[in-house]
Amino acid sequence: MAAIAHPDRNFKYWLISPAIFLLLLIGLFPLIFSLVVSFMRVTMLETDTSFAGLANFVQLFHDARLWQSLAHTVLIIIVALPIELLLGLAMAYLFLNHMPGRPILISLLMLPTIISPIVAGATWRLLFDNRYGPINQIIGWFAGHPVPALWTVNPGLVYPAIIFCEIWQWTPFMFLILLAALSNVDRSLTEAAEIDGARLWRSFRYVVLPAIFPVMSIAILIRGLDLFRIFDIIWALTSGGPGTMTETVSVYAYVQGFRQFESSYTAAIAFLVIALLTVVVTWAIRRMGLAK
Amino acid sequence: MTSVPFHRRKETKLVFRYLTAVLLVVIFVFPIYWLFAISFKTPGEIFAVPPVWYPKSIQFNNYVVLFKDGDAKTVGNSLVLASASTFFAMIFGTIAAYSLTRFKTGGENLAVWIMSQRMMPPVAIAFPVFLLYVWLGWVDTYIGLIILYTAFSLPYVIWMMRGYIEDIPLELEESALIDGCSRWEVLWKVVFPMARSGLFATAVFTFVFSWNDFLFALVLTRTEVTTYTVQVTHYFGGQSNFWSKIAAMSVLGTIPVFITVATLQRYLVRGISMGAVKG
Repeated sequence: MAAIAHPDRNFKYWLISPAIFLLLLIGLFPLIFSLVVSFMRVTMLETDTSFAGLANFVQLFHDARLWQSLAHTVLIIIVALPIELLLGLAMAYLFLNHMPGRPILISLLMLPTIISPIVAGATWRLLFDNRYGPINQIIGWFAGHPVPALWTVNPGLVYPAIIFCEIWQWTPFMFLILLAALSNVDRSLTEAAEIDGARLWRSFRYVVLPAIFPVMSIAILIRGLDLFRIFDIIWALTSGGPGTMTETVSVYAYVQGFRQFESSYTAAIAFLVIALLTVVVTWAIRRMGLAK
Repeated sequence: MTSVPFHRRKETKLVFRYLTAVLLVVIFVFPIYWLFAISFKTPGEIFAVPPVWYPKSIQFNNYVVLFKDGDAKTVGNSLVLASASTFFAMIFGTIAAYSLTRFKTGGENLAVWIMSQRMMPPVAIAFPVFLLYVWLGWVDTYIGLIILYTAFSLPYVIWMMRGYIEDIPLELEESALIDGCSRWEVLWKVVFPMARSGLFATAVFTFVFSWNDFLFALVLTRTEVTTYTVQVTHYFGGQSNFWSKIAAMSVLGTIPVFITVATLQRYLVRGISMGAVKG
């Protein structure tokens, strides 16, 4: 224990300094920069660095479109996240025990999760097409007549479309993590084939759930935060439309910064989001003891 | 209890379980099948009503067009950016994780801060970084995106590698020190080789994150280092989507990921379970 635990003073700092330097670039710099610029009146067309006081932040609180985009984001999270969790858990149970071709089936289920979200969105855009896409065709078989549903345009269908795509891509992620967690639980407790429903539920509720809970909460945290910053799938499917109906916080911030060129105002949004998330995430990481 | 013998019930359940599993896999894989199918279809087959479920013949015309127009070079850009940033993130991330694990550098506060960076929304980072890059002249350059991807991957690499480094027995490092290795040599000769499977598993995910990125590339590239993800969205257009191009470009961008994941699968399964279970 002697030598290794008492390094030359500088060595441990040498090791960590490149990482810290880079993390300051994406961690601290955007936060401070956003804060400074958000007090000015900069737009991409005009560099007016005069002090605007709290004007941008006052505007934030009166910006209905911002709060709507936040509501859209929350809506997607509260619908998609529980479905991904429950479906992923059910699938993990289904695949837990031996069956023919199990490794291949699991590998195939991984595919949606490893493709790019923008490709996932593009793929579903093609699937959802009202004339040439297979989804309306399949629904038509069951309905008995052609169904010309405009999935990415009709206000009543855009959210189901986005959430379908989201669930398709990320349920396998939940599934893989929960499968790994379940595999570590005593097998006699998870042998679904051996015991009846009531006993299975009891063993799940009182033994299995507490055992997988730490892993499950990490998965929920990761997915929840990923969903909070959802951009690619929406950009590919609806670009926030129709109108601003499916605009999430990330889409709105992008539009303000890179379409409307409202630099100072976007900086205020960025600062708000970073500050909010840092508090929530730091609390969650400490609460869950992840840093240890 | 029914009168059906126990082992019969078990068999019926297995069959039922198996059919459900296969059905699920079909549902989850179908969209990817459809994407690949379109990329091999002729325009007549793509725009057929009702839809054609499989191309009559495999023809590569949709891909040839991408190579002729030079659009396919965006896949090359993605490859350069993702490989270089993975390389740097693995090196800087692993030595930082070593410092955090062995010497408790910065204590718990530093570890919490590093991990909290994993959760930052890209759009909130992209905007200030874009303005910084305009000033530095780094917009639409390899170096700009490589640095950003490296930085963005670091929290994940550090998080994962801490778990793997903890598993390396201290005695190995100590005996190497006693044998006269310098501390850097201990890193290269003991720590990196011992954490090999962890390095591969982590590198795969790091590569896939950067490879799949869209938002940073959308904001920070123009024409020179456009990635394939941005290129795909160039084919979206009001009335006439370039369906064949969307599909073929997406497939070109997806195949390298499938190959990477398939080749390194044995490291991957361990990587996923380790990452999840150890946190």
